[in-house]
Amino acid sequence: MSYSTSLYLTGPEIALSLSGLVLLLVTAWTGEKAARAITIAAVAALFGALFFNVSLFDQGAAGIAFGGLFLADGFAVFAKSLVYIATIACLIVAPRYFDARGQYRGEYPVLMLFNAVGMGMMVSATDLMTLYIGLEMSSLSSYVLASFARTNEKSSEAGLKYFVLGGLASGIILYGVSLVYGFSGTTNYEGIRAAFALDFSTGAMFGVVFVLAGLAFKIAAVPFHMWTPDVYEGAPTPVTAFFASAPKVAAVAMLVRMATGPFGGQIEAWQQIVIFAALASIVVGALGAIGQSNLKRLLAYSSINNVGFTLIGLAAATPEGMSGVLVYLSIYVFMTIGSFTALLMLRDKDGNALTSFDDISGLSTTSPALAWCLLSLMFSLAGIPPLFGFWGKFVVFQAAVQADMIALAAIGIAASVIGAFYYIKFVKVMFFDDPKGSGPAAAPISHWIVLGVSVLIISPLGYLLTPWLGDVADMAARALFIAV
Amino acid sequence: MIGVEHYVIVSAILFVLGVLGIFLNRKNIIVILMAIELILLSVNLNLVAFSAFLGDLVGQVFAMFVLTVAAGEAAIGLAILVIYFRGRGTIAVDDANRMKG
Repeated sequence: MSYSTSLYLTGPEIALSLSGLVLLLVTAWTGEKAARAITIAAVAALFGALFFNVSLFDQGAAGIAFGGLFLADGFAVFAKSLVYIATIACLIVAPRYFDARGQYRGEYPVLMLFNAVGMGMMVSATDLMTLYIGLEMSSLSSYVLASFARTNEKSSEAGLKYFVLGGLASGIILYGVSLVYGFSGTTNYEGIRAAFALDFSTGAMFGVVFVLAGLAFKIAAVPFHMWTPDVYEGAPTPVTAFFASAPKVAAVAMLVRMATGPFGGQIEAWQQIVIFAALASIVVGALGAIGQSNLKRLLAYSSINNVGFTLIGLAAATPEGMSGVLVYLSIYVFMTIGSFTALLMLRDKDGNALTSFDDISGLSTTSPALAWCLLSLMFSLAGIPPLFGFWGKFVVFQAAVQADMIALAAIGIAASVIGAFYYIKFVKVMFFDDPKGSGPAAAPISHWIVLGVSVLIISPLGYLLTPWLGDVADMAARALFIAV
Repeated sequence: MIGVEHYVIVSAILFVLGVLGIFLNRKNIIVILMAIELILLSVNLNLVAFSAFLGDLVGQVFAMFVLTVAAGEAAIGLAILVIYFRGRGTIAVDDANRMKG
């Protein structure tokens, strides 16, 4: 394995970190004037990384880089592509959102780039050290992004809460990592798997549980979800859209890789935990959202609910299950980006955000296009058949049934019916209540583009993608099982 | 004779103290930052003890990474705390309640 091959395989990360560093210098040099140009450059860099990344997939070979520290296989390429797409969307909607408040700065795209590098390392990590560096790179820039609207009290509080609980989660993961290292004698995933196959002691078990608990924090799975509503509500909406999409995909992908790789020989050790977290997330996400009047909090609970469904695919612990997780995540990313973009387009003529159910009542008369987009997004999140969200739920439940987990699938389906209540309430308020205000002001074209693309993908037209998406996800999931 | 298990026990105690410091502390957010540092230091103790016990250098390299990242984390935490204090004029834990529900 030559050095140049390693550099080639880490190309997306290298390109993104270099452009991040250069753009950081430009930001420091030009101040706030060039913020928009820097955003365009960052989007271009992400598109470049995306295409380079996809070109790695076509070669099909599992690329080990830097002596087993980094792996660019089909699974990593798939997850990274999703992460980059989500990051690009959150960059496109940001300038016009922050401009209305005079808060846009060039640091936003730079932090997004570094975050994307960290997430890429998370999904590609095959060594606990790479994992930790990637995780922290992503987390540290996320804390700053959460408090980006720094004159806003809610935003700074969100940043603070995210920092404290994120720091605790990193600490828990790290403590688990130190135990795993101590009891296996190596930080390499393959080495850990081999060592655990010989001897899986109580100490190692503790390590695995700590790592899983810390990761549950990062993906906001119950019982470690309590930070999510506060942080999602307080953070600026483009940042919330980002938190709910890209880092969640990266953390779930990392969890999948750990569960099938280093801990793949101890399925019975983590399967119970994952099943519990999946069911608890679905139920708590559905019940918690019912009483919410703030739309961002409601979508925060919805994201907790959705993490539960992805975990059902993981609990199946089969290649079909992992493929289901990837398909679910792909659809989830577009649903999330779409619904948060619709939320950030909801603002009145004075530029104040419309955040509660009262504000959106009668939206179908004041802004019909937006109301219809939100309708399809909500029905898709609820998993109502003609829309694409149904397919995601279908594949994870199918995987669970094939793995003989009928009870898990049945409880999951029952709980998703509870969840449908508040999605339908959303629609009812928009279409059947009388308008209370003058409705939202006209939204900029960049927001409409992101919303339009998301709605198009989750619309019934999305089913045209299913054969292709299924094949690619299957290939990615198989890479996961070949590698070990 | 001090064996690796003694180090692991001390590190476990430090870790638990750190976690309790976050959850039982009702006064000051700076104390929470200190508790997070304590958690990271307990991890370092673990890593270095295992590294010495196993005769494997990786753990010590890992500990250097953790130290470096902990420094960055503390810097970011304090920066967020400063903007929080500017807006609110207090850093008491109980006052961080603008969002509820």
